[in-house]
Formats: sequence, C-alpha cells, structure tokens
Amino acid sequence: MRTPPGVSESDFGAALREFEAALGKEWVFTSDEDVDLYRDAYSPFWGEPDERVPSAALAPNSVEQVQAVVRIANRRKIPLYPISTGRNLGYGGSAPNASGTVVLDLKRMNRVLEVSERNAYALVEPGVSYFDLHRHIQEKGLKVWIDTPDPGWGSPMGNALDRGGGYTTHQFRNHFDAHCGIEVVLPDGEILRTGMGALPGSKTWQQYKTGFGPWIDGLFSQSNFGVVTKMGFWLMPEPEAYLTGTVFVSKHNDLIPLIDTLNYLESSRVCQGMSDLFSPAMGLPAAYDAPPFARDFAAMIADAVAGNPKAMEDHAARSGKGYWGCTIKFYGPAKVLQAQWEYAKEQFGRIPGARFVDGELIRLPLTAEQKKTAHLVEFGVPNLSIFAMGARNENTPNPGNGHQWFSPIIPRSGEAVFEANKVFMQAGKEFGLPVPPFSIPFCFWERSFVFLFGFPVTHDAEQNKKTRAAFAQLVKIAAEHGWGEYRTAPAYQDLIMSTYSYNNNALLRFHERLKDAVDPNGILSPGRYGIWPKHLRGRRA
Amino acid sequence: MRALLVVFALTAGNAAFAADGKPVYEKWCAPCHAAGPGHPGTTALAALYKGAKPPALEDRTDLTPPVVKQFVRKGVSVMPFFRKTEISDAELDALAAYLSRKR
Repeated sequence: MRTPPGVSESDFGAALREFEAALGKEWVFTSDEDVDLYRDAYSPFWGEPDERVPSAALAPNSVEQVQAVVRIANRRKIPLYPISTGRNLGYGGSAPNASGTVVLDLKRMNRVLEVSERNAYALVEPGVSYFDLHRHIQEKGLKVWIDTPDPGWGSPMGNALDRGGGYTTHQFRNHFDAHCGIEVVLPDGEILRTGMGALPGSKTWQQYKTGFGPWIDGLFSQSNFGVVTKMGFWLMPEPEAYLTGTVFVSKHNDLIPLIDTLNYLESSRVCQGMSDLFSPAMGLPAAYDAPPFARDFAAMIADAVAGNPKAMEDHAARSGKGYWGCTIKFYGPAKVLQAQWEYAKEQFGRIPGARFVDGELIRLPLTAEQKKTAHLVEFGVPNLSIFAMGARNENTPNPGNGHQWFSPIIPRSGEAVFEANKVFMQAGKEFGLPVPPFSIPFCFWERSFVFLFGFPVTHDAEQNKKTRAAFAQLVKIAAEHGWGEYRTAPAYQDLIMSTYSYNNNALLRFHERLKDAVDPNGILSPGRYGIWPKHLRGRRA
Repeated sequence: MRALLVVFALTAGNAAFAADGKPVYEKWCAPCHAAGPGHPGTTALAALYKGAKPPALEDRTDLTPPVVKQFVRKGVSVMPFFRKTEISDAELDALAAYLSRKR
C-alpha cells in the first residue's frame, strides 16, 4: 500500500475508513489498478522512482462531501490534491506534486448551475467540461458563447485556475480574467465565497467581480490555499459576424513594424480575436503532419535569424507569398467589422510593400457545413483536434507518449522575437532539444507573447532524463534573459518558481507565509507551484 | 424451447447493452475517433493500418471487449487512459459491447 509522506499504514487505513464513511466505499479508490489511472499520462518521469504517484483517490459528489473529506484530512494530516477534470496534459495531468498525496477527484461534481443569457454568464462546478457547458448552452438554445482551449475535455474552472487560455476575444480568452466569483472550501473545511458572493443573498455574484475589500481570487489560481467548488464566468454574447483580414510584408525586419502595428490595433480593440502571426516564406508555423524541413532550408532560416536574411528574403520574393504574414480577427456587427478592417489596412499600409487579403465575412452562427472546415475554437466550439500534435501520421510513424510544454512569456516586439529565437535555437542545439529553426510566438495574452515548445515525453527513462535536463537549462537561460514561464508541470514548478526570485524570493516567501496561516497542517496540494508546507519545505528541488 | 428463449434473452440483453454503449462512445471516443478530418485518433489509425483496417472505430468489426478495455484503461501513444469517474466500469462494459457488437 502506498501511503502519504510521513503517514503510517495504520493511520492511513483509519483515514481511508473515514473517507469511505463520508463518500461511500465506491468512491474511495485504493487498488493499484484504480489509483494508477491518476498517474500523469504525460509524466516526464514516467516509470521512474521519481514519478509523482498518488496513494489513493477520493471522488466526492457535493460541496458538503468535499468539506467532510477536507475536515478528515485536516484532522488526520492527510495531503489532498484536488483535480477538476484531470486533463491538464502537458502541464501535469491528474498527478500530484508529492508522491503519496491523495487525489481529490472532483469530476463527479459536473453540474452547470446557471447560464444567464441576459447577463451573459455561467456558474459551474469543477467537473463540468467545455464539452458539457457547450452542450448545455446548445440544448437550451442560448445565444452565448464559451471560450474553450484546444482540448475541449478540460474544465472551465480547472483551466482558469491553471491560468489557461482560448481563442475568441481578449476579454474571454484569458480564462482566469474572464471569471467572476469563486466558492472555495478552505483547509479547515470552511466555505468562503469571493467577490459579491460574500454578501448573503447577493444578486450580483456573477456580475461584479471584486466585491468589497481585497480581491483575493488570484490566490486560488496556481496555488494550494483551498479547494474551489464553484466558479462563475462571463460569457460572450453570440456575435452577429466574424471576419478575418491578412497582411503580408516582404522583408525580415518588417516583423518589427508589423508587431508594433498589431499591438496598437489589439490594445485599441480595433481587432479583438486571437491574431495569427506566420511566415509563408519559412512555411511556419508548420502543420502537425508536415515533413521536417530539408537541411538546406533549415540552414537558410538559421541564417536569417542570425541576421543574414538576404537568401530568405529572395526566397520570399520568388515564392510571391510574402516573408511574414499576420491574420487579425474581428467579432461583432458586420458593418462595424468591415470598417475596422479598413482602418487596420490603413495602419499596416504604412509598412512599405504591405499587401492584403480580405477574409470572408461569416454570418453567425456557423452552419453545419462551415463547422466542417472552421477552426472551431475561434467560435467557442470544443473539440480534440489538437491531439494531432504528436500523434501518429504519415510523417510521424513512431509517435511518442505525450508532450511537456515549455512556455516562456516574451515581450511583444519583433526585436524580442528575433532574440528569443536566437537564444532558444542555440540552446536547443547545445542541449539536444527539438527546437525548430524558427518559432512563431502566440498572441493568446494581451500585451505579451508566449512561445509554446512541446517537447516529447517517451516511455524511455534515459531519453526523458535528457529532455528534463535540457528543459531545466532552457528555464535558466530564459530567466537570464528576463523571460519567465507562465505555467508548467509539477516536475518543473520548484525550478521555475525559483526563477521568480526578486529580492531574495520575496514572492515565494509571501506564499509560504500565507500557506502557514491558511493551511497550517499543509494538507492541500503540497508543493503545487513551488509552495510547500513548513514540514515539507526541505523537499524543494 | 427453453434453450431458445434463453438464447433470445441473452441476445436481446447484449443488444440493449451495446445500445447503452453508444452514448459513451459519442461522449468519450468520437471527438478523436469519429470518421473524417479533425479526428486525430482516426488519422493515427489510418497511418498505422494503411488501409488494412478501417480507421474509424465505429467501422471496425475486429474489436473485442478486452481490447477496448485495454486501450481505455491503459492508453496508447498520446492517448491517455481514462479514470473511473470519467468512464465507470459499467459504462466501459457497455462501450466494449458497443464497439465489438456483431454486424
């Protein structure tokens, strides 16, 4: 029998009996066969002694059952690791930071508690998936959209608490920003509601975010101070239309004014959707099933990144496709979108040689036929097509077993994109990581870029060990350049937290003071995002 | 006569069972394994079998309940395994019956 750290078999057995009394025997999982289903399927430590594996799993079906479990755990000092749908693949999955922690699986709490069309919000439980919420809205015929990340089986709550993102407009695609009101069970079993939810009988819990006094919602994201059991989200009223427009520029250094103009248009809300940067000349970003670049072509890209873009510029001119491209996206009334795109063209038109391609204006909702070819997440429709990444295809006959994301935040400027590519390509070469010859940043977040490198996870321990060592080097190199990651798997959380070290780790020390005050027995998710309880603080890597 | 009735009851039971599996398939398998583009599981199986077997799971006639259960609970490649709070043992029995039903 696996046991939590520092807990004897007999004490753990007694705790399990109490959990069974609270939840029913069926919802307390202790056999290896059942508990193994809580391993992180994409663990970078797969099959090694350091893989983080739980000792048991509990599946409550109500807030009252969560309270009961947390009270037992607090009294008996049993660590719990709450998960919502447990599909945080690439960033940790359903496995805890510390082996032996008991997973608190909230998947059964899967009720959509409210969707308001008039005020465009939803209130959900942890186990509701994007698929579930979308289906609920469709079945009721409500004219509101959700914002979904690529994998639709995730939880709106879990994804927001991990600070994930999606694809529609600024206001909604930052999932934590889009939330409004949280209910949380604290480590002593007490229930707390944030924002207007603190007012008994409040009529505006999902309509006004900050309530009164300090706004503490952020403390429950990427942390371990409570078990979130309800969360509200603002939804997007179904827009009348959707439009894209694409600009092409011809020189390597045109990326700099291209991004500056894009920033102005996005920050001014002239365009609201998630913009796509790309390089037709380089063939980037490449499709998931594309063959790898020929060596000569990769060398030409590398030359351009090193500051010698002539050959690539000539190639771009010959191909007639343009060196860089950027597609911007508009949501709203049809006649407004057309005017916004005209204005955007004027702004981009200041870049010499810029040319434009008008996208088709789409009246919403999408027809069944349009859904077959649309990039569905841009329309708030959940799906799983992203798993083409890394899966078997004609050009990948021997796929791996998953991926781990290295996700640094980079300034929104052409200069920073060039510098980051130079640095990461060099580091990739040095440490043997599959860093592409050029990486295009993503526009998920306002005001910054994020690079997403999905490094493979295998079931070969030696290979995984090398990847982990190289990943750690990338984290250090990024930090030396002033770039930090926005999110990571438990395997790297201590390391990355240690790079946020301003003033002798003042931020982490503050987290630890909160942890000691709110969770003195250290029962919730020990080690999550680098926050360890006092008695385990020595474990930090 | 009695034997015939028993056989009939068993067959009817299996059919009902397989019918219970269809919604499980729709919810948990179809997003990756339905026919057509945008389904990475189907693309992966097309690349694996190269026409020797149909790539969409619902079109397969060679699946058996143990094979279905193995993939659901153990995963393969980038397909993760599924917990019992997602697909319960009873739902998995129905799903396995559905995907291995005789046609």
